[in-house]
Amino acid sequence: MTVPDDVRPPGHAGTPAAATGTAWSPSPLALERAAFRRAQRRRSLLVALVSTVIVAVTVVLVVVNAPGWERARTAFFDPQNAWASLPAILEGLWLNLRVWVVAGVVGTLLGLGLAIARTSRVPALFPLRAFAVAYVDLFRGVPLLLVLLLVGFGLPALRLEWLPTSGAFLGALAIVLTYTAYLAEVFRAGIESVHPSQVAAARSLGLTRAQTTRRVVLPQAVRNVTAPLANNLVSLQKDSGLISVLGAVDAIRAAQIATTGSYNFTPYVVAGALFFLVSFPLTRAVDAYQARRGWGRSLATVSGAGDIR
Amino acid sequence: MTPQVETPRDRSPGHLLSLRGVRKTFPAPGASEGRRVVLDGIDLDVDAHRCVVLVGSSGSGKSTLLRVVNLLDEVDDGQILLDGEDVADPRLDANRVRARMGMVFQAYNLFPHLKVLDNVTLAPRLVHGRSRAQAEAAAVEMLTRVGLGHKTLAYPDQLSGGEQQRAAIARALVNEPELLLLDEVTSALDPELVGEVLDLLAELRAEGRTMLVATHEMGFARRVADEVCFLHEGRVHERGTPEQVLGDPQRERTRAFLRRLHA
Repeated sequence: MTVPDDVRPPGHAGTPAAATGTAWSPSPLALERAAFRRAQRRRSLLVALVSTVIVAVTVVLVVVNAPGWERARTAFFDPQNAWASLPAILEGLWLNLRVWVVAGVVGTLLGLGLAIARTSRVPALFPLRAFAVAYVDLFRGVPLLLVLLLVGFGLPALRLEWLPTSGAFLGALAIVLTYTAYLAEVFRAGIESVHPSQVAAARSLGLTRAQTTRRVVLPQAVRNVTAPLANNLVSLQKDSGLISVLGAVDAIRAAQIATTGSYNFTPYVVAGALFFLVSFPLTRAVDAYQARRGWGRSLATVSGAGDIR
Repeated sequence: MTPQVETPRDRSPGHLLSLRGVRKTFPAPGASEGRRVVLDGIDLDVDAHRCVVLVGSSGSGKSTLLRVVNLLDEVDDGQILLDGEDVADPRLDANRVRARMGMVFQAYNLFPHLKVLDNVTLAPRLVHGRSRAQAEAAAVEMLTRVGLGHKTLAYPDQLSGGEQQRAAIARALVNEPELLLLDEVTSALDPELVGEVLDLLAELRAEGRTMLVATHEMGFARRVADEVCFLHEGRVHERGTPEQVLGDPQRERTRAFLRRLHA
């Protein structure tokens, strides 16, 4: 017979009833406890449901009856306005996505390179190491907006012939400059999180420093920092909207243009919703990836870390 | 050319490994000056096909001795002669020297991101220039040998402690090291898993591997050792056959150590 979920030994829920030991049918005591747990779960569910409904209804009532709700609704959530502004904002979003991907890839590679340089002990790399420290300190301490203004308006003023002057290019450059510093710190934390005994084991096998870094340290380092790395890439996606400051027509700029002349801010809400739609699945995908990798899962299966009564 | 100063004792024919006056200190914890002396002039010989066992309290320098032999730590003074060549010389390519030895650690130190098979094939492929096919064939053979033929595609965290340590031994053995260094390899294991690892080591001993072993397992020391060295305060305090040192110790420190173990 299959054992109902409620009467399995606690902590082993979900594992198939393995045919180990003697045939077992739950004692009256176990059945009685299982019935109690079921009843308790039903009660918890009911309480959660009722409290959710109460809160939701209260919020809706407060918002709808608030003075100015009608005005707010037409100013921020006007369907016609949203539909009309959507094509331009979508086109702008396409620019954001391109900037995001390019800046994300370039920033990740440069950040990884800086982190490796900073943690390496090769004498010839000393200048690079010093540069990495200074660079990270500088760009972590300066607002992104300031870098953006300096690069976006300052560089073109130098009249360098070879330098593209489009707002999108200069904006992406400024974002890369700043995010390279953030990402370098993320990777450095990852590299330093790998236990020295791993290096000892690799070197003891005769691997060189470079081989040890490449085959043993970096794979573990990157895995250890997947979450902060993804957080940085998500926030990079959002910050790609800052290029609008330089006149590049991205989603935010397109929304701004659409609001000009009217007092209707629906296009901003549309742009916000689109940004959210892009970043939300990404964060969830990273969570799912981490859970599947086992690093997080192994914690949950540690006895005591589960659902404690 | 680098000048080579050769004294008669630089060459120790016959010994695979010789330590001469090896000294190692570490910064004293918490103190701004002064250093803790961990190895205070160690002389030690390991002949080919022999098994030398290091015993002594925690902090007596056993692990440090193995680490300096494996060139994971640099000595302050003295010589480490491998086949007569002083490998403590910083001019030597340490990677080449390490590739001739196999080290097994107390905490296994398997690479958690690699499958067991890839843990074992890493050094043959990167250090010893084997093709993937050659390396995998040798690795499977070695893993089968240590009883893990069915776990080659598992990740280390899916193995029991005993299995992890046997995988680590396979990882060291697959490179056919001239010298096997074993650092408290059963100390992290549950008591019922110690036996499977010790049996494997006894087998290796029987087939004539050269071994330098740090251990707390006196029964194991009696079983496999050709020579037992009792380390105390960074020196070899007493040495001899296992019967002498463990059965009839001549010095008070050794007796006190053994009494504490049996208490």
